[in-house]
Amino acid sequence: MSAKNPPRPSWITLRPRGAKFSYRIDRRVPLIALIIATFTIVVLVFSINYGQYNMTVGDVVLTLLGLNKDHPDYRNFALVVHTFRLPRILLSFLVGMALATSGTIMQGITRNPLADPYLLGVSSGAGLAAVVLIVAVKTISLYWLPWAALGGALLTAAGIYTFAWKNGTSSPIRLILIGIAIEAVLAAVTSTILLFGQINDVQQAYVWLAGSVYGRNWEHVYAIGGWLLIFLPAAMLMARQLNTLGLGEDTAKGLGQRVEWQRGVLLFISVTLAAVAVSVSGTIGFIGLIAPHITRRLVGPSHEGLIPASALFGGALLVLADLVGRWVIAPSELPIGVVTAMIGAPYFMYLLYRNRNA
Amino acid sequence: MTARTQPLNSTSRLIGRRAFLLPGLIIALILLVLCVLWSITLGAAKIDTQVVYQALFQYDPSNFDHLIIQTVRLPRVLSGITVGAALAVAGAMMQGLTRNPLADSGLLGINSGASFAVVMGVFLLGDPSLSTYALFGFTGAAIAAALVYGLGSMGRGGMTPLKLTLAGVVLSAFLSAFTTTILIRDQETLEKIRFWTAGALAGREMPLLLQTAPYIIIGIIASLFISRQITTISLGDDIAKGLGQNTAWVKALAALIIVLLAGGAVALAGPIGFVGLIIPHVVRFLVGVDYRWIIPYSAILGGMLVTVADVAARVVIRPQELPVGVMMAIIGAPFFIWLARWKVKR
Repeated sequence: MSAKNPPRPSWITLRPRGAKFSYRIDRRVPLIALIIATFTIVVLVFSINYGQYNMTVGDVVLTLLGLNKDHPDYRNFALVVHTFRLPRILLSFLVGMALATSGTIMQGITRNPLADPYLLGVSSGAGLAAVVLIVAVKTISLYWLPWAALGGALLTAAGIYTFAWKNGTSSPIRLILIGIAIEAVLAAVTSTILLFGQINDVQQAYVWLAGSVYGRNWEHVYAIGGWLLIFLPAAMLMARQLNTLGLGEDTAKGLGQRVEWQRGVLLFISVTLAAVAVSVSGTIGFIGLIAPHITRRLVGPSHEGLIPASALFGGALLVLADLVGRWVIAPSELPIGVVTAMIGAPYFMYLLYRNRNA
Repeated sequence: MTARTQPLNSTSRLIGRRAFLLPGLIIALILLVLCVLWSITLGAAKIDTQVVYQALFQYDPSNFDHLIIQTVRLPRVLSGITVGAALAVAGAMMQGLTRNPLADSGLLGINSGASFAVVMGVFLLGDPSLSTYALFGFTGAAIAAALVYGLGSMGRGGMTPLKLTLAGVVLSAFLSAFTTTILIRDQETLEKIRFWTAGALAGREMPLLLQTAPYIIIGIIASLFISRQITTISLGDDIAKGLGQNTAWVKALAALIIVLLAGGAVALAGPIGFVGLIIPHVVRFLVGVDYRWIIPYSAILGGMLVTVADVAARVVIRPQELPVGVMMAIIGAPFFIWLARWKVKR
């Protein structure tokens, strides 16, 4: 915004040949993304390496690449890596991506850097559905748990959106407030069900509510992977509209944007991503809040670059949190959601402190 | 979240003449007594109104019905009144102090501070005595309040509703992570505490009530003493300072009172939301902006609301019963939504 034009633009324009479409990212994005990706791979390898069964980092890498098939212990390696450790770690990564993307969008729409993906009651809706399934309706197999959670999350979000709709608009602040109210009711109902359930079921439900990736298998990974494959590109396609919305409703309208429609679509993407994440792993807090925040400081506020970068970073963070959760009280483990809250909340307080003059 | 309601200092109120304020208070008190009697007559065992009367005033320990009333129903309904009054007054003070129409000890993390401390107490001490329950509740509430208040009032702008609410939400999340960890790892504590964490009045006995009630009564009386100052502060810090008030002192004193009230209430009944949010709004609608009237009205109406909610909680799914905290959420949330839809200008 300075009077002098910078010698070269601070962004890179990607334009596929022949396509009527361009994608403009901040010049810092490629380097930062590379750094984050490297960081991710390192964390991933170390996380796979850590556990009851001892193996060297080299073995892990070779097993992942399938290059040590003639090693005498290969069968053990493969079992530990591919069946036990890799699915849950990959799942953490994908959940982190989904939550970070969802949070980025939510913060963009509400223009509030402290908004999180659960703003529209996704966590409480999914939580209620899950608790009903675990504690109250025990005739249905837990195989349906993710679907029930997804349904609960989407229904709740739709309900909150409907309640917040007034005079043809849904103002972000009404969304936030009504979200709080609905969440309180669902939490109350949830705690009632927990009250009358059998103590073992209740404890299981508590673990789920706290957010956990324990014992997840490839099926979960494929499930969330499929959703991400659709909705992450969708989010990136809407990035430019998100930028405009960030200028404020009036400005966006003035620029000819269909504000309500775009906000609706973006909210839908954000809520679905969060709901899918919650459905496989329970409510994991703070990742969707922190990842966009840190990434924004690295690559700037423009969403074209911010969305992919923060998705990567969110994934890496969650893999790290999973590692910490398995490590602190080994041989038993802390639910991943507890770890993110314990790390995330102080960071959030620090954010409040930093923004104290805002 | 720059939530702003219609100005709190509008002069419109339902009870228009000052002369009617005192009679109104007395009518409210009579209604409260009626609610209490109604609540006492209701229960699993059918007991006549006449027997209830006798049990209260001509207590005969050898009569089984009298025993039920004196040891089960009376403590329960008295706990309800105490908790309701405490939460409502705490809510009124908070809303006046922070000028935030949505302030409530639940939203501001004070309840979760107290419940974390109580869970911690049960976990560490096994079966703590009743006085330690209360002590843990207070300590937790005080620390949480201090933290939220500190976090929410940093910076040049001082305390804003947005910062305060965010600080409350994040502290709640942080503390409940620890609470959950304890409950996941220790089934015994979970079994003992799960009814309590939902906010319940069932099984409250006289000794626990006698442990916590004094703090709450002291808190309410003290809040009456500084009610005039709260009125001034609710007009805004600048105005209060301009009128020569030592705002720092008043705020510190009010914060202490809020901790006494909210901590005591949570220790007695577990976290119960929405009372502190709803009642002050209703009361302001009735009596206007003068905290000398808001506080006593809040105390009485708060007690009444919790008593009625408790009756409802016992009736809806007979013979089981809901925790009163759940009932309050079911009653309170629609009110909150209404508030958000119609009272909050964007």
